[in-house]
Amino acid sequence: MNEPTPGTSTLSGADRVVLAGLRAGDEATFAALVHQWSPAMLRLARQFVSTGQSAQDAVQDAWLGMLNGLDRFDGRASLRTWTFSILVNRAKSRGVRDGRTVVDPPAEDDGYDLPTVDPERFQGPDGRYPDGWTPAGVPQPWHQPEKRAVAGDTLSLVEQTLDRLPARQRLVVTLRDVQGFDADEVCTLLEISAADQRRLLHRGRAALRTALEEYYRA
Amino acid sequence: MTTMHGLTCREIVELVTDYLDGDLDADTTAALEAHLAVCPGCARYLDQIRETIATLGEISSDTLSAEVQSGLLQAFDAFRRPTSTEPAGIDRRPGRPPAAQTQD
Repeated sequence: MNEPTPGTSTLSGADRVVLAGLRAGDEATFAALVHQWSPAMLRLARQFVSTGQSAQDAVQDAWLGMLNGLDRFDGRASLRTWTFSILVNRAKSRGVRDGRTVVDPPAEDDGYDLPTVDPERFQGPDGRYPDGWTPAGVPQPWHQPEKRAVAGDTLSLVEQTLDRLPARQRLVVTLRDVQGFDADEVCTLLEISAADQRRLLHRGRAALRTALEEYYRA
Repeated sequence: MTTMHGLTCREIVELVTDYLDGDLDADTTAALEAHLAVCPGCARYLDQIRETIATLGEISSDTLSAEVQSGLLQAFDAFRRPTSTEPAGIDRRPGRPPAAQTQD
């Protein structure tokens, strides 16, 4: 194993500063990092474990693991990806101990390349505009002046729908759209291919849009 | 509203994710954007996907309990003690009561 260097050429400038602060024992640097990343870590851990307390424990484990591994961090991944990878490992282990089935097997995504929009919403080959929207199927405007949505309602609805998505879709959508991670980072964290990441994100988002559409139509 | 510049509405809705990530090649991107320019249904679909993403971004998360946070800072201070030549390993969590697991 190579001697780890404090800042390799692939590490971002920001990461190098943070890493130097951590290695120098600067508590403020560590406190800021904990404050900044823990909410996302909790949300991610919660997808693998059974209780909120268990998620707190997993996040605590991850931070301690990160501190223990700091001197061996080689900077090939970003500090965040590395830390979150530790978290995923800890959360998965806890999930198994909690007796929770961690992540559904790929079979869950049997809708592999199935359409994400109901095919009935498009015209058939005999239609006036084949493969175009039907009049009944075309997306309707959501924001009508006479039907003002309550912002809190749509947020709750999205949260609830997200919670009911198949596990892998929920994980990808959470990381990408709730937490703002990029595609590469998600693939690294979840150990999935770019194609899988894209498909899971695509299906998850489509399902969420449909849920909102039904809300607005009611 | 259909085979405009080679892409149908049925195809467009399956391309939106790649489009938003910038993963479509130049020709497909051009074809998609040309379709959106003349197809209000698909333009609306894409906007609705964007709005869905924006709403997801507003979901807030829990924070670590104050107890855990202060425990972590204590662990950090012990770990990075300036007087030690080698960092001490962490094998216990300060302030954490043994065994007790509370329900969610």
